Amino acid sequence: MDERPISPVLKAAAGLMFLFLLAPLIIVIPISLSGDTYMAFPPSSWSLRWYGAIFSDTRMTAAFSVSLILALVVTALSLLIGLPAAYALVRLRPLGAEVLGSLFTAPLLLPTIVLGLAILLVFAPLGLLGTFQGLVAAHLIVTLPYAIRVLSTALATLPIPVEEAAATLGAPPLTVFFRVTLPMMRSGMVSTAALCFLVSFDEVVLSLFMTGPRLSTLPVAMYRHVEQQADPLVAAISVLLVVLTLAVVIVVDRTAGLAKTFVR
Amino acid sequence: MNTLALPAREARGMSPAAVAMWLLLPIALVNAVGFLWPVVNLLRMSLNESEATGALIDTVSLATWRNVLTDSFTLELIGNSIGVSLFITLLTLVASYPIAIYLHRSSGLWRTVLLVLVIAPLLTSAVVRTYGWIAILSNQGLVANLLAAFGLAPPRLMFNLTGVVIGLTEILMPYMILALLSGFGRLDPRYEEAALTLGATPLKTFWRVVLPLTAPGMALGCLLCFVLAISSFVTPKLLGGGRVFLLATEIYDQAIVTLNWPVAATLSMIVLVLFGAALALYTRALRRIA
Repeated sequence: MDERPISPVLKAAAGLMFLFLLAPLIIVIPISLSGDTYMAFPPSSWSLRWYGAIFSDTRMTAAFSVSLILALVVTALSLLIGLPAAYALVRLRPLGAEVLGSLFTAPLLLPTIVLGLAILLVFAPLGLLGTFQGLVAAHLIVTLPYAIRVLSTALATLPIPVEEAAATLGAPPLTVFFRVTLPMMRSGMVSTAALCFLVSFDEVVLSLFMTGPRLSTLPVAMYRHVEQQADPLVAAISVLLVVLTLAVVIVVDRTAGLAKTFVR
Repeated sequence: MNTLALPAREARGMSPAAVAMWLLLPIALVNAVGFLWPVVNLLRMSLNESEATGALIDTVSLATWRNVLTDSFTLELIGNSIGVSLFITLLTLVASYPIAIYLHRSSGLWRTVLLVLVIAPLLTSAVVRTYGWIAILSNQGLVANLLAAFGLAPPRLMFNLTGVVIGLTEILMPYMILALLSGFGRLDPRYEEAALTLGATPLKTFWRVVLPLTAPGMALGCLLCFVLAISSFVTPKLLGGGRVFLLATEIYDQAIVTLNWPVAATLSMIVLVLFGAALALYTRALRRIA
């Protein structure tokens, strides 16, 4: 839509706002290369010591393993629970499918601070606080709505005649699903997995309610660290996280198309 | 829908409705245990009371609600939260609008690159982005050292409301940009051209043509950002340094530090009421626009 040249005023304004938007992400790069023991910009000397420090900080490495395993488990479960649900809602259309669909995506509407408290009050008497199972359950509540939404869109846009052809040729429904429908949904599955992984890996508010002194996720460990002292350690971790995020975003763009996933 | 697959399923002895039920069972369980029950329980908890020692009294009364709504501290807290969130929403709108318009008018690879730059912050943890703001706003930070280089005394930008407003505005921008973009479908550049050809000044074209056409996207973005601002917690906590009191930070403190669950639940219900009010306002605004 570039019929009209974009005015220099708009260009300048957009450029300035982009700078503002990206400033906190850009600044962690030089800070992570700081040789100082405290956070200052510009740093007085440069080094890679803080990247080394990540791996000798057992709190951070332990929290990283928890977050990674948690995100993988949550992603797998989101697909496992979300795919049948999306199939039922889009293809079988049972009575009240629309109501159920909005009920299943409703947790996203609830502010996370409210959801976190609500889950805390129910999970505490069940002894689920500070446990891995508790974290998995809490994260599932926010990843499943994304899974349902993306998978439903993917299912709804598939060409049904291909499946009908397979059925006509005598394939039983389950075979049709696994040999025809599922392979065609590959890109939808990839973007669902990427989204669920990132949502779980970055989740901090729910995790703050759910983690205990013995079990912490990476964002919670970083939060607690920043709360107490601001040194370049968190910057080094942040750079690695931003690289991880960019990698996932590029994977989504290559397989499913970024615009299709995020802009409706 | 597909009549061919139906006999096959019936041959296996299950109606589509029964199959659907089994397929929906896992998510229904997660939803019931992790969402419906907790929300109902939250409402129930706000009807309990707590002793001065903090011990929970299991009862059904409106005493906690009455205490919260007559306490000058919480009333100020609610008022501040609404005011600050509205201000942040306005700033976010002003900061996001140029980016959204620019994105709408660009195309091809350049557009994809810019879209990645908008979405990447959205997918980056709020802790990381808040940390970035600490690096910019702290006494040893970018702004302070930049001003010092010019011999100017740096203002206090952190551990106060200024820092919280700056940080939250940036953190909410991607949501606003995406909401604006999704509403820009009606904005056809030919309308602007027509207005300009007919002699309208660029400013008048923007005011009378572009702005009304983009109003639905703006309304959606504002609703989203207001709700996210009033319930955000990480940024006010870290950039406010315990000196900025908002509803969300108070809910966390009451739940985790003071362990006064009835008060925390009541404050949460108040957040939900404000959320409902914002939603009602949005629907009304949308009807007036359309």
